[in-house]
Amino acid sequence: MTASEPEEPGSASSRAKDHSPWNWLLFVPIVVPLIPVFFNADAPRVFGFPRFYWLQLAYILLGVTTTTLVYRLTKRRGGDR
Amino acid sequence: MWRDHLTEIIVFTTLFLLVSVMGFVAARWRAPRDMAHLDEWGLGGRSFGGWITWFLVGGDLYTAYTFVAVPALVFGAGAMGFFAVPYTIVIYPMVFLVLCRLWSVSHRHGFVTPADFVRSRFDSPVLALVVAVTGIVATMPYIALQLVGIEAVLKTMGVTGESALARHLPIIIAFAILAAYTYQSGLRAPALIAFVKDTLIYVVILVAVLWLPQKLGGWGSIFDAAEAKFQATAQNPNDGILLNANNQLQYVTLAFGSALALFLYPHSITGVLASRNRDVIKRNMSALPAYSLVLGLIALLGYMAIAAGVKPLPGSTPGSADANTVVPVLFDQQFPDWFAGVAYAAIGIGALVPAAIMSIAAANLFTRNIYKEYLKRDASPAQEANVSKITSLVVKVGAVACIVFLDPQFSIDLQLIGGVIILQTLPAVALGLYTRWFHRGALIAGWAAGMGLGMWMLYQIPNPATKRAHFGGSAFPLSDFGFDTKKTIYVGIVAVLVNLLVAALVTLALRAAKVDAGRDGTTPDDYFADEGDPRVTPGPARDADAAPEPVA
Repeated sequence: MTASEPEEPGSASSRAKDHSPWNWLLFVPIVVPLIPVFFNADAPRVFGFPRFYWLQLAYILLGVTTTTLVYRLTKRRGGDR
Repeated sequence: MWRDHLTEIIVFTTLFLLVSVMGFVAARWRAPRDMAHLDEWGLGGRSFGGWITWFLVGGDLYTAYTFVAVPALVFGAGAMGFFAVPYTIVIYPMVFLVLCRLWSVSHRHGFVTPADFVRSRFDSPVLALVVAVTGIVATMPYIALQLVGIEAVLKTMGVTGESALARHLPIIIAFAILAAYTYQSGLRAPALIAFVKDTLIYVVILVAVLWLPQKLGGWGSIFDAAEAKFQATAQNPNDGILLNANNQLQYVTLAFGSALALFLYPHSITGVLASRNRDVIKRNMSALPAYSLVLGLIALLGYMAIAAGVKPLPGSTPGSADANTVVPVLFDQQFPDWFAGVAYAAIGIGALVPAAIMSIAAANLFTRNIYKEYLKRDASPAQEANVSKITSLVVKVGAVACIVFLDPQFSIDLQLIGGVIILQTLPAVALGLYTRWFHRGALIAGWAAGMGLGMWMLYQIPNPATKRAHFGGSAFPLSDFGFDTKKTIYVGIVAVLVNLLVAALVTLALRAAKVDAGRDGTTPDDYFADEGDPRVTPGPARDADAAPEPVA
């Protein structure tokens, strides 16, 4: 139930050090959605949605893509050594 | 009057009772032999995997407030209400790494609350008390907000009485049931119910966004109808389907500030600490934005309500309108009764899940950082669990009292005040995870400065719509600071910046005066520990002390 099996030694190599240059990518989905010049307009409309709405909804995709990418690239048994 | 809504009431009540049964059964779900431990009652055994955490944290962050208050704000103010979308986008990349550190250090030391961490990190029970009290105070209106959600639904179904007691009776009953199963099952109850809540919400929203635009002439005409309404009613200069030059700064600072605040709330941290390992947290931070999409679509229900010509039901005072009822009324008008009943149940259950988690988080804060710290030093784990259970009941009674005695006109404002308050714990909790540079005394000084300024600013803000002179919102006009502009800014951002500034200056002063900064109870290594580490959640002695001896 709780994290049992304490037999397995938690050596330093099994621990993720959080430092990775890929982490800087996380700033993209933090900064971009907070710049009103990009989204604060009516045209062009997509499926009737003014740009204000469809672009901000599209930023969700930007956020998901970036965090997923960083997660994959910094996974312990992956790119991080 | 309620007879017209009989089908809705039956569907609503049936689903409501179904999840109540689930709440009671949850005590046995993934349960250990011994439930009399705060790790079990308050954190579900710290064992939740990816899916459960997703539903639990999602069910926790996207609440009845989402369903009711955000579309109400969009209905009333337009683009400004859409701030919830960028807010829930920027939050996840921001806390992606921070929460992993918090998880690691908490599991190594058996921390249950953010104040536990602060206690150990800065060697200061006083600072921990400040963080704990702030957390409890900020959580109370948030729980009350959930009740506003249920109330809006009940009102639309015509379940209202003349006297104050009769009007609130259904909520009191609902909360009594909630209190009972939370008492019995702890965090397992909302974790299990969250599955039902989210399934209902996803179904309702998918149907609503596919079906309603067809009925209302397409998305284009929905936005046009909203624009026409904002043009016609010119009394509010800041509404419209786009932002104007004066409220863009408010929009951005509100989104950013709310995002900073979200994971400082004790209940969000509770959901995170209940997960099994760091991987679960990281995967969730990339998957949780799926809820943001739903949130964006829900927000647009506000425009659909405009296009459908919805008139909100009257408020508690004569002549006022209860904006929170726009979505329930929209469903009542546009959908068959049985489906409206399902939608109402989604809102009602959507209030129960977060209310349960919030009351558990507040109860944990009281138990760990007030009861154990100041009242009974040698409390056993079983006593801790018991105190938490009882406190969670008290917290819920308090929230119900808030609703019965306060006017929940613009419930979103209550939460915005809570956001300003909780933001003041940012330097100690969030920055504390990265640096011990700040002095414990300086953190208290910064907290006091930020809190004082934040409250003063909120007090200055009137709300013309509700005719209130104070605490009318979170948009502070920069002209009040002497700037020659009509722009407004989110109070929380200003308050937390002042907080940081004061904390930095006082730190330098205290250092110069060589005031003792205490001993750090954590080691750098603690912040990277993961599941499988021999010292993560140690078995029998896992609870030991609020500030256990850092093992060499």
